[in-house]
Amino acid sequence: MIKDFEHFAPATLKEALALLAKYGDDCKVICGGQSLLILMRQGLVSPKYMVDIKGLTELSYIKEGKDGLKIGATTTHRAIEKSPVIKKKYPVLAEMENRLASIQTRNWGTIGGNICHGDPAGDPASVLIALNATLTVAGAKGTRSIPMEKFSLDYFEVDLKDGELLTEIQIPAPPPRTGAAYYKFNVIESDLATTSVAASVTLGSGDGVCQDVRIALGAAAPTAIRAKKAEKVLKGKKITDALLKEAGEVAATEAEPISDIYASEEYRLELVRVLVPRMTKEAMARAKKA
Amino acid sequence: MKKQLKFKVNGQPYEIFVEPKKLLVEVIRDLIGLTGTKRGCNSSSCGACTVMLNGMSVKSCSVLALQANGTEVVTVEGLAKGNELSPLQKSFLDHGSFQCGFCTPGMLMSSTALLAENPKPTKLEIKEGIDGNICRCTGYNSIIRAVTAVVKGEYKEAK
Repeated sequence: MIKDFEHFAPATLKEALALLAKYGDDCKVICGGQSLLILMRQGLVSPKYMVDIKGLTELSYIKEGKDGLKIGATTTHRAIEKSPVIKKKYPVLAEMENRLASIQTRNWGTIGGNICHGDPAGDPASVLIALNATLTVAGAKGTRSIPMEKFSLDYFEVDLKDGELLTEIQIPAPPPRTGAAYYKFNVIESDLATTSVAASVTLGSGDGVCQDVRIALGAAAPTAIRAKKAEKVLKGKKITDALLKEAGEVAATEAEPISDIYASEEYRLELVRVLVPRMTKEAMARAKKA
Repeated sequence: MKKQLKFKVNGQPYEIFVEPKKLLVEVIRDLIGLTGTKRGCNSSSCGACTVMLNGMSVKSCSVLALQANGTEVVTVEGLAKGNELSPLQKSFLDHGSFQCGFCTPGMLMSSTALLAENPKPTKLEIKEGIDGNICRCTGYNSIIRAVTAVVKGEYKEAK
């Protein structure tokens, strides 16, 4: 049973921040609530006050410019999945959203809510890490920026202090000859990831050398993580199947997955070994076409 | 403290006072009395509670009722026009697209939302359209056949 709480529906970001400042630790932000309401029903979270930002349309937008993409925190998964500009210029984001939960959940759930929930098996975090995204967080004292790869701290814990609210996600425009790919392994199509891998590769002009690479693992550690050592194996080199295999092996040493009803630790490590080469190769193929 | 919820359900305006913790499915079933919408898993997994909110399918067990303030909700009871069933409802009947019937309201709402957005879905798109709804009886094939028949124009909308 959900416990009683007092409900506030601020009309502006300013109002929302004032409420968060006032109630601090006793309050919880709800947006789509697709993850939070499940926790509340299980009695795991019982806030006294809820600041409901679902109606904050000022934070619901997708803007694309020369320097990249800006997505407001209350933008729904479905809006990202269906956005023509995202499909065209950041296809990996639309593909990721298309496989996130069910249509009903994507219609109401938001990208900001998903990231702030901090579930290591969530889809957006690893893709956003691979795309080198930055988050903007607003508080009573102003705003600050934080890279996505530093935002998740632990299981269901993110770098938001009392009174702070995630407002925007920024994704830099990809350099020329860049491609990205994401795959989540799961048994039921609309389920959370057993383990997932996102990769972004930038190739040099003409020579096919890997100029830059970012690899992120989901559901393979307490948070979505960047596999930096695996990236080092590939960076500055001409990528071969042997190197990809090595990157997969190295990525598995960076992962620290758990065993649960979905998969054992060993199984998840094997998924990392398989998916890192596969997704990096796919990202490379896309980079060649870009 | 109860708060006012002002919204429309199947075209009928409602102004009711609800506890903030009430979920949309609870208000629809327990306060408004429309029990066509089913409460299944209670954890947004099964889709039995699917309704349309401003034309989008949502799982009403996972939406705070107060978040529906100012919106228009359509439940399975809102699909028929008077005594005339909607094309999907007729097709579900003709194709035997249910056994126990518990998933049917949700399946109908997801299929209705799908066809509103994409009137000519492929078989794969139909499958994706009902992917958030679980049926433990039919094996889905009769449901997909029913939607396909509507897509082919075999059932006409009531005037």
